[in-house]
Amino acid sequence: MAKTIKEINEKIKRGSAVVVTAEEIIDLVEKKGVKKVAQEIDVVTTGTFGPMCSSGAYLNVGHSKPRIKLGAGRAYLNDIPAYTGFAAVDIYIGATALPDDDPRNQVFPGGFNYGGGHVIEDLVAGKDIKLVGIAYGTDCYPKKKIETWINMKDLNEAVLFNPRNCYQNYNVAVNLSDKVIYTYMGILQPKLGNATYCSAGQLSPLLNDPYYKTVGIGTRIFLGGGIGYVVWNGTQHNPMVKRGENGVPKFPAGTLCVMGNLKQMSSEWLKGASFTGYGATLTVGIGIPIPILNEEILRYTMVKDEVIWAQVVDYSESYPQVKPGSLGEVSYAQLKSGKITVNNKEVPTGGLSSYAKARQIAELLKRWIKKGEFLLTEPVAPIPSVESNIHFKLLNERPI
Amino acid sequence: MQKKRIVLTFPPNLVEQPITYHLVKDYDLMINILSARVTPKEEGKLVMELSGKKRLIDEGLQYLSNLGVNIQPLAKDITWYKDKCTHCTACITICPSGALALDRKEMLISFIKDRCIACELCIPACPYKAIEIQF
Repeated sequence: MAKTIKEINEKIKRGSAVVVTAEEIIDLVEKKGVKKVAQEIDVVTTGTFGPMCSSGAYLNVGHSKPRIKLGAGRAYLNDIPAYTGFAAVDIYIGATALPDDDPRNQVFPGGFNYGGGHVIEDLVAGKDIKLVGIAYGTDCYPKKKIETWINMKDLNEAVLFNPRNCYQNYNVAVNLSDKVIYTYMGILQPKLGNATYCSAGQLSPLLNDPYYKTVGIGTRIFLGGGIGYVVWNGTQHNPMVKRGENGVPKFPAGTLCVMGNLKQMSSEWLKGASFTGYGATLTVGIGIPIPILNEEILRYTMVKDEVIWAQVVDYSESYPQVKPGSLGEVSYAQLKSGKITVNNKEVPTGGLSSYAKARQIAELLKRWIKKGEFLLTEPVAPIPSVESNIHFKLLNERPI
Repeated sequence: MQKKRIVLTFPPNLVEQPITYHLVKDYDLMINILSARVTPKEEGKLVMELSGKKRLIDEGLQYLSNLGVNIQPLAKDITWYKDKCTHCTACITICPSGALALDRKEMLISFIKDRCIACELCIPACPYKAIEIQF
């Protein structure tokens, strides 16, 4: 009875693939049962839209006349430094990069109003970006300074390449201290004043394929409004964390390295974001289709918010000082209700990952597949899972 | 009975005068001060809600205007940009008055202007600058 991706793709090409989102599958299975639904449904689509700091894009801006070697020189996009440790006109702009003169937290808390993520959003939106390049000059690359507008349509390549995206679950942040703190999990009010979480929960891609049985290297995905691919596991990929009986990790676990052609993406799904007192970043929209090859895979996509658990972590002391232990476990259903209980106190909750936009992504991907515009791919290699014995390590500081 | 929310800017020469007292005494207006920023010998700013008879509110505002107080309706000052909002919901635990509200079924944010007290706490909380306050 097991289906193959090849068979599912044939159905997609014929326009007869049966596709639902990771939300719709929950009620569907409750009504019709696993066996029937596993036969009927071909693909379950997932989605997420949240801040993903380990993101960036590499660009080939094209050669000037005379030629300039930006490589090992300096390059700025809208006054934000880009990485130039590549060849002459290849540069990489990272999501969290800031202008040299951004005051950061000198006047606390800093605003971080415009960073690499914002440049990427502007580039994708088709805006002109100021490129300033300073080079040391060589015989073959004599030009030493360049100041020009560039636009995405004129670039040879503009490729989104994100070393760590799509976190499989994350923490719930609280603040036990008596002062407001400014973190990447938002503004946290003192004495358990609020709690923030960052996951799409039951719609989240890797929470619907917890052991990475279908997602692997080469998986075609919705990325930033266009097509992208999973190309590796992401940094800090940590498959060995404690999982629930349903296989869903209860701690931040797997991550994905993804890439795609920026030129076919949209600023609707790639947005610069500013976290007061913390920094700038890029919010990325990702959607991953899960082929329902057998009943086991279907069972994983049935996961609902009530049974996905996250750890409550104190970000005033425990997180920065790397002190282990959590203040308790809460489910995403509890988090989305607006209130959780921590240390016998009722704590209001807010999110950082947009569930509404995750839903839109899952719906969009569903529509693309149904219209025959998106075929699934067979991974060429797996993402390391629980047999891999990969453990997330801290930096072992050794004095020089 | 009418309610009006306004932003009053007092020039330096008026900062030390008991002006809001006259709104209550002479124009029978109930005033609720939502926020105040008063620095002696500099500009003063008050965000307040006035309640009373329409005619008396108008007369009271005319009195302020004649004195040189700048009056701006509060509604103009806070803008929620629906297109910039990603509905991440980071703002809802920060907003003390429920002006930023969440429909938990759709998981969509809406901005209920009447509830806004212009406390400005939401502004640093929104990663996408979807809320702007112009004073």
